[in-house]
Amino acid sequence: MSEDDLLETPLAGLHRAAGARMVPFAGYHMPVQYEGIIAEHLWTREKAGLFDVSHMGIVDLIAHDGRAETAARALEALVPADIAALKPGRQRYTQFLNEAGGILDDLMVARPAEHADRLTLVVNAACKREDIALMESRLADAVDIVPREDLALIALQGPQAEAVLAAHDPVVAAMPFMGVGRARIAGVELGLTRSGYTGEDGYELAVPADRVAQVWQALTGDERVKPIGLGARDSLRLEAGLCLYGHDLDTTTTPVEADLLWSIQKRRRTEGGFAGFERIRSDIENGPARRRVGFRIEGRAPAREGAEVVAGGKTVGILTSGGFAPSLGAPIAMGYVDSDHAGEGTAVEIMVRGRALAATVAPMPFVPHGYKR
Amino acid sequence: MKKYTEDHEWVAIEGDTATVGISSYAQAQLGDVVFVEVPEAGRAVTKGGDAAVVESVKAASEVYAPASGTVSAGNDALADNPALVNEDPEGAGWFFQMTLADPAELDGLMDEAAYKAYLETL
Repeated sequence: MSEDDLLETPLAGLHRAAGARMVPFAGYHMPVQYEGIIAEHLWTREKAGLFDVSHMGIVDLIAHDGRAETAARALEALVPADIAALKPGRQRYTQFLNEAGGILDDLMVARPAEHADRLTLVVNAACKREDIALMESRLADAVDIVPREDLALIALQGPQAEAVLAAHDPVVAAMPFMGVGRARIAGVELGLTRSGYTGEDGYELAVPADRVAQVWQALTGDERVKPIGLGARDSLRLEAGLCLYGHDLDTTTTPVEADLLWSIQKRRRTEGGFAGFERIRSDIENGPARRRVGFRIEGRAPAREGAEVVAGGKTVGILTSGGFAPSLGAPIAMGYVDSDHAGEGTAVEIMVRGRALAATVAPMPFVPHGYKR
Repeated sequence: MKKYTEDHEWVAIEGDTATVGISSYAQAQLGDVVFVEVPEAGRAVTKGGDAAVVESVKAASEVYAPASGTVSAGNDALADNPALVNEDPEGAGWFFQMTLADPAELDGLMDEAAYKAYLETL
């Protein structure tokens, strides 16, 4: 894709005016940083960071029979989570799986309380076209699949996020983690969820695209809030132990290998009825041959995606994400290793430029989550 | 005399000794530097070959030798304080010193004015 084909979010002009460095990402011009990744990362951990994630796809599934339960049952053919059990005003994390149990995308599924007829999905930017095509081919008998191009998505993340938003609308303070609601922020009526991708407490706000600049400017006008780029978004999610699709998850990884079994509720594990169930059942019964784990690396040199993990002179795995953790001042990574090397505390070596760096399989998250349960 | 490469390294030349680092432009492009691997004294380097590695939060970048020769010192201060590369890229944030095999190899590099003009074209 050439530079000219890149899309812009409704906030691109404000990013440039704020001095952001814009980079191509998933078909969009996106801000990778404003003042610097480390400063933005630490600000989000201490105060509140505002992220433009409008490149992501918001898709409504509107049931033909007007019942959200129907949309939930239909969607369950493609994802392993218990969507039927999702209560109004709640959302859940899950994955689109292929027939072999490989992950096509990971996504959030929300059941908004104010609409009895639908679910709202948030999918990754790079996968949204394929996700929509998959749903069109498999779910169109039961639901209308409606990409919400009229909405922009922004995320306010960090320990001060609640106080910042509650000053606009106190209703947000009562929302639980993974709750779905509506609020009036900077004069704009919008849908929001209490969730995010940083490990911090926070919210994702779906804002009418033609009003999002007004909301963005009001929030960044608060002295507790700074705009944060994709660079810090990546270092924050890595410290939080959260997967990045296309790196830590792809069609060659299953949710069980990826340590996402928690996202497959009990009914689905026994009943199945979703693409890839045979593989998932086998992974659960026999244990997966490899697992996603975290690594702490000695010294200061970061190890990156693609670096080999070695134990006893033999390759036992590969990194899928790795970098410097600003909150820890140390390198961290995640990747897949053979299951017999996946135990916490297992000593391994990670190969970087021909040198073996000493590392240890470490529990994730690397930095404790700040969710409001 | 200070010269620059198209890869955004600076080279301060005194006789047959050169001090090498990355330019202010390069450090700004990289962002926060979190790790630098400099060559040890005595290592032979060849013009255009790998000499050092600089890592930002996001990615690793190679630093190439601007000329052939022998490394006489690496900047050990960068091991504990890689942020020196951001704070003082063309001073305390130097990467390594080397003895040049042939100082004429540096003749083709840009002086400061030419490098500034080069940056305008990027």
